[in-house]
Amino acid sequence: MKGITGFIVGAVIAVLAIVGYTSLFTVDEAEQVMVLQFGQYKRTVQEPGLNWKLPWQDVQRYEKRVLNLDPPEARMILADQKPLLIDSFARYRITDPLEFFNSVRTEAGVVQRLGPIINASLRSSLGKVTLTSVLSADRDAIIGEVLKATNEQAQRFGIDVLDIRIRRADLPVETSQAVYQRMRTEREREAAEFRAQGFEQSELIKSTADREATVIMAEATRESEILRGQGDAEKTRILNDAYGQDADFFKFFRTMQAYEQSLTNNKTYMVISPEGDFFEFLRGATPE
Amino acid sequence: MPWENKGNGGGPWGGGGGGNRGSGGGGGGQRPPDIEEMIRMSQDRMKNVMPGGGVGPKGILGLGFLILLVWLASGIYRVEPNQQGVVLRFGEMVKITNPGLHWHAPYPIETVLRPEVTTIHQIDIGFRGSGAGNRNQRRDVAEESLMLTGDQNIIDIDLTIQWKISDPFQYLFNIRDPEATVKIAAESALREIIGRTDIQPALTEARGAIELDVRDSLQRILDGYEAGVQITEVQLQDVAPPAAVVDAFDDVQRALQDRDRLRNEAERYRNDILPRARGNAQKMIQEAEAYKESLVNEATGEADRFLSIYREYKQNPEVTKRRIYLETLQKVYKNTDKVLLDKNQGDGVIPYLPLNELRNSNR
Repeated sequence: MKGITGFIVGAVIAVLAIVGYTSLFTVDEAEQVMVLQFGQYKRTVQEPGLNWKLPWQDVQRYEKRVLNLDPPEARMILADQKPLLIDSFARYRITDPLEFFNSVRTEAGVVQRLGPIINASLRSSLGKVTLTSVLSADRDAIIGEVLKATNEQAQRFGIDVLDIRIRRADLPVETSQAVYQRMRTEREREAAEFRAQGFEQSELIKSTADREATVIMAEATRESEILRGQGDAEKTRILNDAYGQDADFFKFFRTMQAYEQSLTNNKTYMVISPEGDFFEFLRGATPE
Repeated sequence: MPWENKGNGGGPWGGGGGGNRGSGGGGGGQRPPDIEEMIRMSQDRMKNVMPGGGVGPKGILGLGFLILLVWLASGIYRVEPNQQGVVLRFGEMVKITNPGLHWHAPYPIETVLRPEVTTIHQIDIGFRGSGAGNRNQRRDVAEESLMLTGDQNIIDIDLTIQWKISDPFQYLFNIRDPEATVKIAAESALREIIGRTDIQPALTEARGAIELDVRDSLQRILDGYEAGVQITEVQLQDVAPPAAVVDAFDDVQRALQDRDRLRNEAERYRNDILPRARGNAQKMIQEAEAYKESLVNEATGEADRFLSIYREYKQNPEVTKRRIYLETLQKVYKNTDKVLLDKNQGDGVIPYLPLNELRNSNR
């Protein structure tokens, strides 16, 4: 008896365990689950938690999180004929696992199918704009257009593209060489200008300094000549005032002074005829 | 711990869309790894208690109770200070716990994930190897660091971004591979900002503004994704012209230096000659002033002398005149060598006078 009861309890527990194991499944926050019965679609569970299914049904799990999609880098021609290497990336979410499974099956499939669509859409949008607007704030409008066009097609794959961004937009090698060349010549132009400015400023400063120095000296010369002239005039006036009082006495007195100044040094050798007043007594005249 | 090898880029869930989490991948940390051993140990103990060797119903009950206890105890988990605990019940998030000791309903009912929310993660853009201690291993990644500026030049920019988890739920369940997402979004944001900046400001004064703009733009993108990531810092490591043209840019700097040097030299010249010129001018003027003053003074003196004599002369013109005449000639003749030659007799002699000899003999 006891053994039978034990066996029955054991069996029930075992069956319950098997049924529980095969018909319970959890859905994680990060995933969504598609329930299939012998390969036929039954339902999709997107809410996380514990769920029931019939033991013979299968589940397939898909990401619910936002996924990255990195289409291959592509060369695109802008409206101004400039080629640009565009590396874009997109972010999408699987919204309908059934559609997803039917059309692309895996994420690799998404890259294969959606990548070209994004690139084509980018190409046609970028073909209408110039490089300046790609670099500028217009970028957002371009991207909005591409996103819209892409989503129209992405609907078929059961996915929703949330965002497309241009990760890199670079010039191809041959163009960038030309850009480098231009950058270099621009800098050379600038450097030459700076050096010439240096020469210009240097010459300006030096010649201004020379001019100022010359002017300073000329002004000083003028002033000193004026001063000397004033001195000469003053002297003449003073002496005129004095000597003018008696021109005869001046003539005599000044002549005497001049004699004294000019003839009294030892180098003078005189051959004198004893004439004139000075020698009048020497000549024998008797004092009166 | 599932978070320790996050660097592989797979996240806790693995990469496959099919999802393989059913096998309990998230639970490794919180399950005591030694359940079987514990069971074995308790069985051993049982055997010791009941030396008969057989296990009776009581024994089974005790064993079941023990297993239950161990099972319940496996729900105890610890959240480290740098972590937050995210408790999932059958995959659905039920609560977020803070650091400390906690209990959750044991596996398979509940599991816990413990993301490190305070850890600052760093991403390098344009180069690799900013990690501590290996600065010299730094190498450039040209395809990341070269980008177009607003004036269609090319610039070489290295950037580091630091980020941390701001919302564990969003971080875990909204996006897959958050690190790669941050990096891609950062590259996109950086290029967008640089695409609106000209090269000259980008190289010099606009660096701070670029850092701020990239940070804002990147944060906005990530918030749009509800990534649960907070950008703590954006730093421009190196902003330079591309290697191919760097010498031309350097030469501009040298030219600027040359310009300043030439100007300084010219100013040195100016500063040298102008004070000298002013000095010479002052000297010239002072000399002229001195000349004038001396002339005036001499003239005044001369005039005074003359006037003094003249005043006395007028008292007795005849005598004074005669006296002055005589005194002067006296002085003149006294100090000079002289030959007196009568005019009438000496007419023919003068040519024959040995003047030089006469002079010498007097010396």
